[in-house]
Amino acid sequence: MNSFFDLHYAGQILPALLRASIYTIFITLIGFAIALVLGLVLAVLRRSPVKAVSRTVGFIVEFIRSTPLLIQVYVLFYVLPVYGITMSALTAGTVGIALHYACYTSEVYRAGLNGVARGQWEAACALSLSPWRTYRGVILPQAIRPVIPALGNYLVAMFKDTPVLSAITVVELMQQAKNIGSETFRYLEPITLAGIFFLLISVTFAQLVRRLEYGLRLP
Amino acid sequence: MTVKTDVDALTPPHSAFAVENPMKRDDPASVLEPQAGVPGEAPMVRFVGVTKRYGALTVLDELDLDIGRNEKVAIIGPSGSGKSTLLRVLMTLDPLTGGMIEVDGEPLTHMRKNGELVPASPKHLRRVRSKIGMVFQSFNLFPHMTALANTIEAPMQVLGLSRKEATERARDLLSLVGLEDKCNHYPSQLSGGQQQRVAIARALAMRPKVLLFDEVTSALDPELCGEVLNVIRRLGSEHNLTMLMVTHQMGFAREFADRVCFFSQGKIIEQGPPQQFFSAPQHERTQQFLRAVKEAV
Repeated sequence: MNSFFDLHYAGQILPALLRASIYTIFITLIGFAIALVLGLVLAVLRRSPVKAVSRTVGFIVEFIRSTPLLIQVYVLFYVLPVYGITMSALTAGTVGIALHYACYTSEVYRAGLNGVARGQWEAACALSLSPWRTYRGVILPQAIRPVIPALGNYLVAMFKDTPVLSAITVVELMQQAKNIGSETFRYLEPITLAGIFFLLISVTFAQLVRRLEYGLRLP
Repeated sequence: MTVKTDVDALTPPHSAFAVENPMKRDDPASVLEPQAGVPGEAPMVRFVGVTKRYGALTVLDELDLDIGRNEKVAIIGPSGSGKSTLLRVLMTLDPLTGGMIEVDGEPLTHMRKNGELVPASPKHLRRVRSKIGMVFQSFNLFPHMTALANTIEAPMQVLGLSRKEATERARDLLSLVGLEDKCNHYPSQLSGGQQQRVAIARALAMRPKVLLFDEVTSALDPELCGEVLNVIRRLGSEHNLTMLMVTHQMGFAREFADRVCFFSQGKIIEQGPPQQFFSAPQHERTQQFLRAVKEAV
């Protein structure tokens, strides 16, 4: 155990860290799926001609974006139970990170929506398309394509923000590494491995997003 | 936004006539029916006191204009005179500031509710404006769809046609505009003239009764204008369509239109059959405009 990097020890803790990685990936994918859908809903509502709707949504987005994720997950896990809303650490953590990132993605979608030429809305109107078909068939396919890289950015950022959830007792990858370290008083191997896992998984996510972007490009 | 029009005054309250014979011809109850306008008699498009203001700027000034069934009307005039705005308010892309528009004997910008005309609901607008199609200066094709997909989108989603039926009709329309071999091309793979012809096919796919052309050749190279104008020419002679076109192509207006309207400062200051309009314009402003156009050629 005195060598600079103990491979034998690293091998022993690898399965626990792998399990934690999968758990972390799971949280990220569920959370990001929610963030993608909710962010889109927020972005569209923010364009509502009803001022009360657009202002309220705008306020919520700014509020959540401008407060730390750590405080938000604390509120969800430690404060809400006081008001009778109790969630498991995993649920609270996933909901918290999803809400937080939904506000970021809604801004990305907003940029995408603003980028669609006015003539596209007018052509949809001239063809009597319903508001739903206008968004679904005409506007969103054009708004989302160019912002896929920016959305992918937030996927990676969100993945790397999962350690925040350790504050509410979610044992994700980083927390698992710290736990292992505190049991054996050797932090080098678990932290290094956790770092490598974060790196590999982030790069994989980025690659997948790039492939999606490439697959959806127009001639 | 309430728009007060003369038509309000023409429609008496329903209750006052409740005891009368409902079959009676002039019973206002029949006026309440959406199909009250007698097809074939009412003008296809009727502008009544149409006003459009942007802040202090008046773009359309108390405009009255009737357009007959299958009539081809060319709208010309200097830029900023309100001619494109006329098409835009008819297509309901811009709301009116005042007045009303009727299409096919039915109010477009308004609807009848308890015998009174009130501003139209989005649903009413969508239903009535499906009688109108529009072709834009900048084509506005959907770039993520092929020519065929562009043409079947609205018939499938709005008219409720099956994919098979919509595709068959779209192929017919694309061959009508001479693009049967470009069905699976994306707009970016087509020339400007071809894109504009797809846009015409797309508008026709909704079976409009009125087709609006907003400077449809202005974004095209001169040599590509011809192919688009030829398509419009054929539509005019082979199909029953009311057409309104804003154009700077005086030669085409003269040859194609039944009537030419000259716009200046939000008003029609002169109109007439093209022969008379171009050879003997009455109004000084018209003469000045036509002289300037002639010098530019």
